[in-house]
Amino acid sequence: MTPGQVRLALAAALVLLLEGLSRFGFIDRFAMIPPSEILWHLGKILIVGEMWPAIVKTLTNVAVACVAAIVVGVILGTLIHAWRSLRETLDPLFAAYYAIPVYAFYPLFIVIFGLGDFPQVLIGFMLGLVAVIVNTLNGLDRVPRVLLKTARIQRLGPLATALKVTLPYAVPYIFTGIKLAVAYSFIGVIGAELIMSRTGLGYEIGYAYNNFDNAVMYPLIVFVLTVAATVNTMFFLWEKKMLARRRK
Amino acid sequence: MRSLRAAILIACVFAAWQLLFWYAGSNALTSPLDTMAYLGELLSSPRFYPHLIETAKAFAAALAIAISAGILIGFTLGLYRFAADVGEPVLVALYSIPKLTLYPIVLLAFGIGMPAKIAFGAIHGIMPIAIFALGAVRNLNPVYLKAARVMRLSPSRIAARVLLPAAIPEIFTGIRIGFSLTLIGTLLGEMFASQRGLGYLLIQAIGLHNVRMIMALTLLLVVIAVTASALLLAVDRRLRRNMLGTN
Repeated sequence: MTPGQVRLALAAALVLLLEGLSRFGFIDRFAMIPPSEILWHLGKILIVGEMWPAIVKTLTNVAVACVAAIVVGVILGTLIHAWRSLRETLDPLFAAYYAIPVYAFYPLFIVIFGLGDFPQVLIGFMLGLVAVIVNTLNGLDRVPRVLLKTARIQRLGPLATALKVTLPYAVPYIFTGIKLAVAYSFIGVIGAELIMSRTGLGYEIGYAYNNFDNAVMYPLIVFVLTVAATVNTMFFLWEKKMLARRRK
Repeated sequence: MRSLRAAILIACVFAAWQLLFWYAGSNALTSPLDTMAYLGELLSSPRFYPHLIETAKAFAAALAIAISAGILIGFTLGLYRFAADVGEPVLVALYSIPKLTLYPIVLLAFGIGMPAKIAFGAIHGIMPIAIFALGAVRNLNPVYLKAARVMRLSPSRIAARVLLPAAIPEIFTGIRIGFSLTLIGTLLGEMFASQRGLGYLLIQAIGLHNVRMIMALTLLLVVIAVTASALLLAVDRRLRRNMLGTN
């Protein structure tokens, strides 16, 4: 059996176990509903469509936060890389950044920007940004001197050098940052919605939890996890393909 | 030179904060000086300490669980190649899902209180520690393991005498990352599942729109997080340097 098949078998076994435990009453229905019912309710929710506005809103915010983090992160990373002393000053901040509980700033953002989409997008953006910057720096550090010399001989300006030589070389490293940015924007946006918001998947999950509405809560949790895992896996496969092509 | 740069960075952060305060006004945030004064007041008030200690306890327990479970998972998977092939993508996937959505399940399983906080902190920290421990075992010089097998060491002795010393620098990097995630996880757990602790104070202040409290707590958390992470980073660098020296 290949590792993939074993993984699938293990996942199936786990689901079956949960199904059995809850069917035979070892897990209280108040605590969890059986996986088959979760799927059934998820199908119903998706068909009836009352959750679609929340789903669309959350996924749009995640996408905006993620794309903004990637674009701004690569630009800032390139600029910081070019300016040595700025980078040495910022390095300790980058190292400590992920120890800072970014959610603590969320109430502040709500007060400044109002309780709309923007504070949530900002949290997702802030979580993703530094991962992209750090990995862009890391990639640019590894560009061989020869390439830089060649670029100089061809009289490329700084912008052309970055766009045509150094950034393309650094793509595999930047990709690590992009994958993290995808994960972090999901975490940031949905987390912010859970803490305080009026719409969105995070809000709906919290609302269902407060009302003991397991028939809504579990399907939505499964939906969020599935979407996040699918997007992550897609990026993982894309990266693999890209690396394989480079190696040729 | 390094301390000068750190001083410049801190000065810039405070300047930006002060500018933001002038721009956004006292309704949105408090000025750096006010915040520090209020934080000092909080730290010297006896009603604040139980919350601080509660969070520290929950965090310490969560970190202990995350480190031991993470190393156990990482070593087990790392020693068996096939298990690693099966398990590593699962670990990476679990690392990147929004674990915050799991909080209702954690609450239903543990109830409100200390165990839920600890569990919530631990599930945030386990994955990075396990991933780094797994990587450490995989990158180990195979001669070490062969020697251990020749001497017929049991798996637990291999773990204690060979794997742990050889993999310490990488594991420590994992712990450094796991440390911050566990802290965030514990605070999030307190925000939703608790009547005590810094996270609880924070969510309460958010609800009451107590800007002074929010700012003071945020400052306290940032100072703790940045100090701890700087210390861990220094230890991390030293471990790596020593490792290079002995090889």
